[in-house]
Amino acid sequence: MSNPLRGEVIRLYKNLLYLGREYPKGTTYFRERLKTAFMKNKDITDPEKIKKLVDRGDYVIKELEALYFLRKYRAMKKRYYEPEH
Amino acid sequence: MSGRVLVGVKRVIDYAVKIRVKPDRTGVVTDGVKHSMNPFCEIAVEEAVKLKEKKLVKEVVAVSCGPQQVQETIRTALAMGADRGIHVEVSGKDYETLGPLQVSKIFAALAKKEQADLIILGKQAIDDDCNQTGQMTAALLDWPQGTFASEVSFEADKLKVVREIDGGLETIKINLPAVVTADLRLNTPRYATLPNIMKAKKKKIANVKPADLGVDVCSRLEVLKVDEPPQRQAGVKVETVEDLVGKLKEAGRV
Repeated sequence: MSNPLRGEVIRLYKNLLYLGREYPKGTTYFRERLKTAFMKNKDITDPEKIKKLVDRGDYVIKELEALYFLRKYRAMKKRYYEPEH
Repeated sequence: MSGRVLVGVKRVIDYAVKIRVKPDRTGVVTDGVKHSMNPFCEIAVEEAVKLKEKKLVKEVVAVSCGPQQVQETIRTALAMGADRGIHVEVSGKDYETLGPLQVSKIFAALAKKEQADLIILGKQAIDDDCNQTGQMTAALLDWPQGTFASEVSFEADKLKVVREIDGGLETIKINLPAVVTADLRLNTPRYATLPNIMKAKKKKIANVKPADLGVDVCSRLEVLKVDEPPQRQAGVKVETVEDLVGKLKEAGRV
């Protein structure tokens, strides 16, 4: 059984769910797509494949963090700094 | 030198939320609205944590003034790497009128009590845009200040600060202890992910009242009214240059 990896997958799901609260298109939009994405792969048992998918999930976390930072940075720059900056 | 850094964090309405003025024009709608840490305060926390990671300071203390809810903001700072938090309890009417002068008095008192070497604040809050707390705190403590910092480094026992000013950058060297206010380009704040938030639950947040610090939070300012900015008028399209000149003359602009 993929028991140790089960913990990893659940951890990944919770982390993504937490990040999704700030998603620009809305928390519900994010949560639906997150659930669909995870459910699509629920029957995979090969530990190698699961590890790869978890890595992809970690990559998505990094992408989301970058998205949130850029959004905030650009908003702050637009509001507080002259266009020439 | 205690190697202790105080970082001020403010709980403000989230930057992405569309602000609405209350119908009675006394302020802005805050009930049920998403709040988060002021973006410039995030940059301040990140800088303090970076200094600790480089072993240039020993302890980072996150401070916030306000009602019970600001504990969330302190928790976010703890999740980003601060060691402990101090919650200065201010609620109700006092919180509504809390401004830079009172906050800087609180910070000055805390800096003396905690024997801090450095205070890092965001340059301004996105809700009131005062840009005063850092400067006032430095004045009350008679400490040097490095405001609008886009780069901070230690040189021997002094602090080198590169400041963003109109027309470019200014580099200054100031003695410690000092007050620094963070500008946008100081660093890239890390995201407080769920595992970090969980770990931060073990960190302590102390409760303090302004009276314990000998600070009077009575405000000398009174908000008369709060209005929305005037609605943008729709533009008018014209066909030719003559039309444009004609319209401008009509409006009394030429």
